[in-house]
Amino acid sequence: MIEVQELVGVGIGTGIVVGPVLHASRQAAAAPTDAASTIGAEAELDRARTALAAVSQQLRERAEAADEATRDVLEAQALMTEDPALLDGVEAGLASGVTAEKAVADAFAEFAALLADAGEYFAERAADLHDLSDRAVAVLQGRSTDLVVDPGHPYVLVARDLAPADTAVLDLDRVLAFVTSEGGPTSHTAILARQRGIVALVGAGGVESLPDGTQVIVDAERGRVFVDPDAAELADAEARIAAREAEASAPAGPGALADGTPVKLLANLGKPGEAKGAVEMGAEGVGLFRTEFLFLDSADAPTVEEQTESYREVLEAFPGKRVVVRLLDAGADKPLAFLSPGEEENPALGKRGLRALRASEQVLQDQLTALAAADAATDAELWVMAPMVATVEETRFVTRAIHEAGIPVAGVMVEIPSVALIADRVLAQTDFASIGTNDLTQYTMAADRQLGSVAALQDPWHPAVLRLVSEVGAAGAASGKPVGVCGEAAADPLLAVVLAGLGVTSLSMSPTALSDVRVSLARYSMDDARAIAHAALAASEAADAREAARAAADTTTAGKIPA
Amino acid sequence: MERTLKIASGHGLHARPAKMFTQAVTASGHRVTIGRPDGKAVNAASILSIIAAGFENGDEVVLTVEGDDSEKVLDDLTDFLTTDHDEAAE
Repeated sequence: MIEVQELVGVGIGTGIVVGPVLHASRQAAAAPTDAASTIGAEAELDRARTALAAVSQQLRERAEAADEATRDVLEAQALMTEDPALLDGVEAGLASGVTAEKAVADAFAEFAALLADAGEYFAERAADLHDLSDRAVAVLQGRSTDLVVDPGHPYVLVARDLAPADTAVLDLDRVLAFVTSEGGPTSHTAILARQRGIVALVGAGGVESLPDGTQVIVDAERGRVFVDPDAAELADAEARIAAREAEASAPAGPGALADGTPVKLLANLGKPGEAKGAVEMGAEGVGLFRTEFLFLDSADAPTVEEQTESYREVLEAFPGKRVVVRLLDAGADKPLAFLSPGEEENPALGKRGLRALRASEQVLQDQLTALAAADAATDAELWVMAPMVATVEETRFVTRAIHEAGIPVAGVMVEIPSVALIADRVLAQTDFASIGTNDLTQYTMAADRQLGSVAALQDPWHPAVLRLVSEVGAAGAASGKPVGVCGEAAADPLLAVVLAGLGVTSLSMSPTALSDVRVSLARYSMDDARAIAHAALAASEAADAREAARAAADTTTAGKIPA
Repeated sequence: MERTLKIASGHGLHARPAKMFTQAVTASGHRVTIGRPDGKAVNAASILSIIAAGFENGDEVVLTVEGDDSEKVLDDLTDFLTTDHDEAAE
């Protein structure tokens, strides 16, 4: 037997656990062979039909109990299982005299192969088909379609990948960690792990060869699985687990690097009701309050009074703290009935954000009036910024409009490369900048955020994106004006350190990410952060930048992590 | 009966729109095929075939419907394919 000591994958979050491996039993079953059928093609086709119908029925039942997004996925999978073209494929396969198990597996595999090479979105659908094939074959073999048989103790779940239909009925309290041999950081497994705070490592090839019961350390921060750890490795893991627990239970102080350099940790909010949870999770304020919720689904703009009430609710939750409100960002992925620019060939490059607001100045004025009124009635420190700013002239226009409304702090979002490239001239005209990394990446890489087929390009680790961030950071440092980041990038614990090293002074993210980012920042001094950022900037590809930053970070912390 | 039209669903016939379209075809009870003008037509009730074909926004497709009332079915399916079903999604 080959001795496997260490497996590499993409870690989700920064957690670490120790526990025994348990394989997803359905996926671990032997693949059907091409042994000849003993009952004839006709009878095999009946078996296949019955099994596929049973799987589809089960998916529909689970869909009914699931949340809306999961329901859509499960219903689509039920349709795939009932697919007439799939059944044609099964029937054609049976003509060669094989069993229903073999013909069903082959028919699914044929469609999966068609999809696997056609881009990320399609690759996910191919993963769906593997799962459906496993289910149907399990039914045909008279085995349970459950992903695991509960062993009665906590375990590290090992699977090729996890499907929504499985996790919808899985007892997550028993799961110490997910380790999958396939899937990436946007897979269902990764998303679920982030939502539920479960340690996970995805894309860890080779994990499927570990026998059930093997003791492993799953280290998401280092992206490693350590197999059969010795006493010293175990002690190291236990110490780090204890240190993490102590850090997590310690009162959440303000975000700072190891040398005390403050990096404000703020929350992204989309609705006033989310404010309370953000405070509980240690947010020092709000770095991005999106105001679209007030305007979506309405034929007309909301009144000044309606808006004031909503803004007040958020500001009241943060007395004495900073709350950055983004002016209405209409257009592209968020079209609004009353601000529609009409038919556009490329809405992401069209009249959206500030461009749309300037075309409907009453909407802009009403929003500023409502914000100023809410500010006057509360003790929060209100900052207001404009989305989709492309020029210095636009910066000047919107800064003046915000100031004239009686709001003292005005800023612009950096989402378009043009303003990042001349950030010094932009910051000279306004009070602060906030980098929206999702859109900045989209516009830098010319890759539609909503298009699965170009999703691989949508990576904020790309050195071209990081270089733009460093332009803005340098301009901020030179002018003494704050530069924030609000976007998925801020929630990545290692990328957060890179951003701080590039001169970013505040990070805003989903409140659930705050604790991991706080712990990560506290490990590195400003000099460390600059060295780590420098390593990432020097790379040629996003993946290389991530690796280089990780290596630089490991060098700087060698000896600092409790052994 | 057949008709040529241009798909106008924001992100093409993937994911949710593919599911909804297949359901609409199945509900019609008619045999319906869809394909590119020079390409192979596939069974429009097959979500797998539709996803694999990768129809994008702006693509020209030929729809064929067999059976009684095929004009009405063709009208309904044309309406579906020329409406943006992704607009409401975030």
